Amino acid sequence: MPEKIIATSDDIRRALVRVAHEIVERNRGAEKLILVGMHTRGVPLAKRLAEIIQSFENVSVPVGELDIGLYRDDLSTLPLKPVIHRTKIPIDVTDRRIILVDDVLYTGRSMRAAMDAVFDLGRPEKIQLAVLVDRGHRELPIRADYVGKNVPTSRLEEIRVYMKELDGRDEVSLIGVSSPGDVSLKGV
Amino acid sequence: MAQRKGNATESQTIEQMDTPAWQHRHVLDVDCLSRDDIRLVFQTTDAMMEVLSREVRRVPTLRGKTIVTLFYEPSTRTRASFEMAAKNLSADVVSFAASGSSVEKGESFIDTLRTLQALGADAIIIRHKQSGAPYVAARHVSASILNAGDGWHAHPSQSLLDMYTLRRHFPDLQGLRIVMLGDVLHSRVARSNIWGMTTMGAQVVLCCPPTLLPDVFSRSDHGPVTSGYLPEVTIETDVEKALDGADVVMPLRLQTERQEAGLLPSVREYVERYQLTVARLRLLRKHSVVMHPGPMNEGVEISPEVAYGMQSVIEEQVSVGVGIRMALLYLVIGGGR
Repeated sequence: MPEKIIATSDDIRRALVRVAHEIVERNRGAEKLILVGMHTRGVPLAKRLAEIIQSFENVSVPVGELDIGLYRDDLSTLPLKPVIHRTKIPIDVTDRRIILVDDVLYTGRSMRAAMDAVFDLGRPEKIQLAVLVDRGHRELPIRADYVGKNVPTSRLEEIRVYMKELDGRDEVSLIGVSSPGDVSLKGV
Repeated sequence: MAQRKGNATESQTIEQMDTPAWQHRHVLDVDCLSRDDIRLVFQTTDAMMEVLSREVRRVPTLRGKTIVTLFYEPSTRTRASFEMAAKNLSADVVSFAASGSSVEKGESFIDTLRTLQALGADAIIIRHKQSGAPYVAARHVSASILNAGDGWHAHPSQSLLDMYTLRRHFPDLQGLRIVMLGDVLHSRVARSNIWGMTTMGAQVVLCCPPTLLPDVFSRSDHGPVTSGYLPEVTIETDVEKALDGADVVMPLRLQTERQEAGLLPSVREYVERYQLTVARLRLLRKHSVVMHPGPMNEGVEISPEVAYGMQSVIEEQVSVGVGIRMALLYLVIGGGR
């Protein structure tokens, strides 16, 4: 299967800088925010967004980690059990604005599980969603508030996100049967 | 490797495994768990402990699953903590006690199991006075079997929670000197812990009167011994020598009926020679801890000052018990088969 790079480390950096600005702009500041990274690759993304916001807004946004394994709707059909990580959110979510951060938005089922998980921790004022890649094919009425890159895909294809902290490099690639015209390389 | 999102639906996405996958359908003893398995239990327990720290201690993970506790022997903490664990994971829990059931009308163990299976049990948690009963159960039903203590043989969830508790006090179990003090012969907790703790690299010392040492060990009085079926441990009948330089001591419950069987001259003599006292505790290392699997006979195998002293982690053992059992239930029936 051909693996095609659709975002380089510079593309990822620029997209995250833009998303960080959008988050602060839409929330009129960063005071009430908590960036919550979804395991596994949402976690380094959330940390990077916090660093970028710190750099231009001079506000330290709390960063949490969320594992949705205990909330999945498909546990009994999975061939293997997901490894569950500890959920760590440093402060009470009640009345805060939660920015969920993940690498890829696809069916929306992970987000549904993530929202359930957040509500078990308290009652946030708002939940917003930031993703590096939106690849379409939603199965639930869920959308992202902040998107690094829209990538129209076929269901047969696969998106892989590599993060320096975990994989040694920053890169997004697309694997599978596709003609070049299928993929939009434009950011949003 | 990067996380995969693709291939048919996202629901098939498996979080990348940083630990090998769990392969066990049952939890019968610690002897069939590898070091990686035990680490995966610990990692899963970390996540469960976070759930337990919340105001609402409930996640929907095992919604629709039915868990039966089948106890042929009395128990407080094990049964309560398995039931709380199952409820925290949103499973339906059915408690079944042998007394007051058809067991009194002569229903056999296997018929009881088949009945529970026919009623839709996904997991059956068994405590039985006969060693090996959960193994028989595992051969006759398709539900997952969790051993909650069988005879003198094994008590895996207790052993895992003992080790998890130690992991919170020491960076690693590797190299720890752990003394099991007292009635090793009748202790299923000691047997499971010998397996688990040696698997994790600890040095296990058994200290007890020779009459309370399992036969397999009695060929030698001192030094490391291999029994042929249990892993290598050190035998030391002298309490002071056993405790010298130890990191952990676990006095085991002396069952008073043992004295009637002629295994001990008198409880008083046992207390004199083997009770864990404040004076004996001083022989241990500086940051040592005292554990007890419960229930305790205060003033017999452990003095009350030690049981409630600074080094005691006995209450902590009980509180992590729910987390360990949530992790085990998740691992055996949480995912696909």
